[in-house]
Amino acid sequence: MTNDEAVPAAFTDEELFCQERPQVREPLKGFFEKFLNWARANSLWFLGFGTGCGAVELRPLLTARYDVFRYGIQPRPTPRQSSVFIIGGYASVKTIKRIVRSYEQMQNPKFVIGLGSCTINGGMYWDSYNTINRLDHYIPVDVYIAGCMPRPEAIIAGFMKLKQLIKEGRGENANKYARDFDWYKANQKKIIKDWNMPDYNW
Amino acid sequence: MNTGDDMQSTIDTISTIFGVSEVRKRNDLLYFVTAPKKMLPSLLLHLRDRERFTHLVFFTAVDYIENGQFQLTYMLHNYSTGINLAVLVFIDRDNAEMESIHTLWKQARVFQQELREMFGITFPGSPRIEEDFALEGWQNMPPMRRDFNTREYAEATFFPRPGRTSENPREYMKKKLYPDEAHNV
Repeated sequence: MTNDEAVPAAFTDEELFCQERPQVREPLKGFFEKFLNWARANSLWFLGFGTGCGAVELRPLLTARYDVFRYGIQPRPTPRQSSVFIIGGYASVKTIKRIVRSYEQMQNPKFVIGLGSCTINGGMYWDSYNTINRLDHYIPVDVYIAGCMPRPEAIIAGFMKLKQLIKEGRGENANKYARDFDWYKANQKKIIKDWNMPDYNW
Repeated sequence: MNTGDDMQSTIDTISTIFGVSEVRKRNDLLYFVTAPKKMLPSLLLHLRDRERFTHLVFFTAVDYIENGQFQLTYMLHNYSTGINLAVLVFIDRDNAEMESIHTLWKQARVFQQELREMFGITFPGSPRIEEDFALEGWQNMPPMRRDFNTREYAEATFFPRPGRTSENPREYMKKKLYPDEAHNV
């Protein structure tokens, strides 16, 4: 065709996505890191992405009865603005692809809460053809909350545990993901057969 | 309106014209009939346009591996009488192919897409039949076929967490509550 120049070429993956691997960011020393951790622990913004039946337990958190905003916890609409990713229960292979993508788009430091038995050992879907058993083989998990489903009180307790971990300087799982990147990628690619995205997209 | 008489005449008609057999009445509002494979599209057309079974409630399959057959279930609903009519068709399991009914009900396309993915039943001519529905990039045998070993597949694929054991509750509680007597029993 002669009028190819008039049609804008489609973007390639190289133009749309960064091709670099995730970088390890060493924590600062002493007081500075403590101050940052205090700030992080008191502004836990979680991604409003309901990935399973457990997502139904997140709604009451925002109501007058539980009101998590008094702890500085609130939902955000996009991964770029979130620091906490709550995996609400069972994750099918189709969902884990979106989970990995959303997780990688979150800014460091980032934390993951595994909600419900399904994220721990597969729960009642442990022998399903389409549901993962252990979430921590695909993305690093900071806090697990057991139950099917956990009550909102349990979720708040999980948030408090996460706060405690962050304040102690143990919320370093984003760096763990960067260090063990190849292991996580191998596990993800073992189940996601139609891998039509870059290895690390953010 | 006597719905029972209406239904009886409907069944008489479709038995005569379409060779429907094995009519089973579960209750006043639920009937099962078995139809020959070749007659099915014209039977459904007749039921939809002449007998007012205008709604395709669901359309699914059952794997009868013992007989080497799939049973397709077309559940129809008549809004004026409230009667559900299930039309059953048996097709060959090894060469699972069925005529598409997306021309009768548009939404049948989605059911057929799912049946292709979950059971491996093909519907030639059905739009977007080859697209992935719930499984993305599935490379195995269709998972709803009964010879697919779900547990084996899950254990080989999904990193099962070790330590999953089960106890006989009776023995377990006996040992726990009466540890001294456990050895006597």
